[in-house]
Amino acid sequence: MVRAARYGASPREFDMINKIFESLQSAVADVHDGATVMIGGFGTAGMPSELIDALIEQGARELTIVNNNAGNGDIGLAALLKARRVRKIICSFPRQTDSYVFDALYRAGEIELELVPQGNLAERIRAAGAGIGGFFTPTAYGTKLAEGKETRLIDGKHYVLESPLHADFALIKAFKGDRWGNLVYRKTARNFGPIMASAAKTAVVQVSKVVPLGELDPEVIVTPGIFVQRVIEVPQATHEAELASASATAA
Amino acid sequence: MKKLTRDEMAKRVAQDIPEGAYVNLGIGVPTLVANHLAADKEIFLHSENGLLGMGPAPAPGKEDDELINAGKQHVTLLTGGAYFHHSDSFAMMRGGHLDFCVLGAFQVSATGDLANWHTGAPDAIPAVGGAMDLAIGAKQVYVMMEHLTKQGESKIAAECTYPVTGVACVDRIYTDLAMIDVTADGLVVREIFSDIDFDALHKLTGVPLIDGTQAARAA
Repeated sequence: MVRAARYGASPREFDMINKIFESLQSAVADVHDGATVMIGGFGTAGMPSELIDALIEQGARELTIVNNNAGNGDIGLAALLKARRVRKIICSFPRQTDSYVFDALYRAGEIELELVPQGNLAERIRAAGAGIGGFFTPTAYGTKLAEGKETRLIDGKHYVLESPLHADFALIKAFKGDRWGNLVYRKTARNFGPIMASAAKTAVVQVSKVVPLGELDPEVIVTPGIFVQRVIEVPQATHEAELASASATAA
Repeated sequence: MKKLTRDEMAKRVAQDIPEGAYVNLGIGVPTLVANHLAADKEIFLHSENGLLGMGPAPAPGKEDDELINAGKQHVTLLTGGAYFHHSDSFAMMRGGHLDFCVLGAFQVSATGDLANWHTGAPDAIPAVGGAMDLAIGAKQVYVMMEHLTKQGESKIAAECTYPVTGVACVDRIYTDLAMIDVTADGLVVREIFSDIDFDALHKLTGVPLIDGTQAARAA
């Protein structure tokens, strides 16, 4: 068998595939001015704050950001907005009790907002990752958010044409990852991570723990490594106890 | 005039959620419904940020910032619950897999249009979240709201004056005065919670209502 022979002949060939990056800085070094960057998270759950901090330090400007929200408090996405690096934000729910950074920029006319219903946002991202050129959705039919869009009556129900949403980069937070980029997530921090990974040319993932290849159960891998280009370990203090007990179980 | 409190409204809605139902409770007042679901019934609460089998708030000190609901409050997961990503979560909604959603509203029109996402005020920062997906997604869309505004105007109107969230999507309205079904024949009052009669309710509401309270009592 050709496949068996290939594996048998040079197993070390596969050791060379290593998507692990050693520094946050190197993982975001090539984000260019004007890039479209998807950022995972729902509120702060799943927000890749350390990657965002690295992006702020890196200095790329005029970014288009895709996220469910528009930042909370002064950290993470809000800090990126505060640093005036974002030209436009595509999101479903910008207005929150602690979205004062966005609120001020928006009222001053210094940031463009594209408001998308949350399910349409998710499906547009999924469509991009799945190679779909557009789709008809019943969501938002007859509302302001569907104004000017093509509609169609299908089996007696009204639908609105929506387009896929692609990105140059996705910054995502996952729980564990390996050097092939396979990922598992933690609780509701999963949210947009899996679909954003598939929709971006370069998916950059901060994981709480890098594990050896083979440690993640193939039956429970949520994002297969084909969707992931870069993995960087950023241990999370809040998860330390859980990680300790997880590794104890594994051992 | 007697009116139900928000908690009493939540209790009344909860009575109509049967065992085995998959339910999404909207942000705000509808979340109170969870407090009144019978403990001996298995009902699956869905939260659009990626969980089914949502449980109550955790004990103090047990909060996990990565286990939250759509309102970004700390919650728990019941035994048998599941996590999933956003695309799956909205497939559950849009795909018609949820049995019920309960939403708050600014207004509902006589034909079941819903307005609950935007006041339309020029200086307001718009935010929609999952409201439009929920409005068209569940098999049964229930609205829970006060019958009248603070100014005494009916929140059930011939047409919504606020920007709509969905068209002809509401199936039933629970207010602090009555339970009203949106049907092909029009708005049918099933139950009055107040000490006023149908005619008085009709006058307060200001849109055509059909008296279905006799049928409800007979049943």
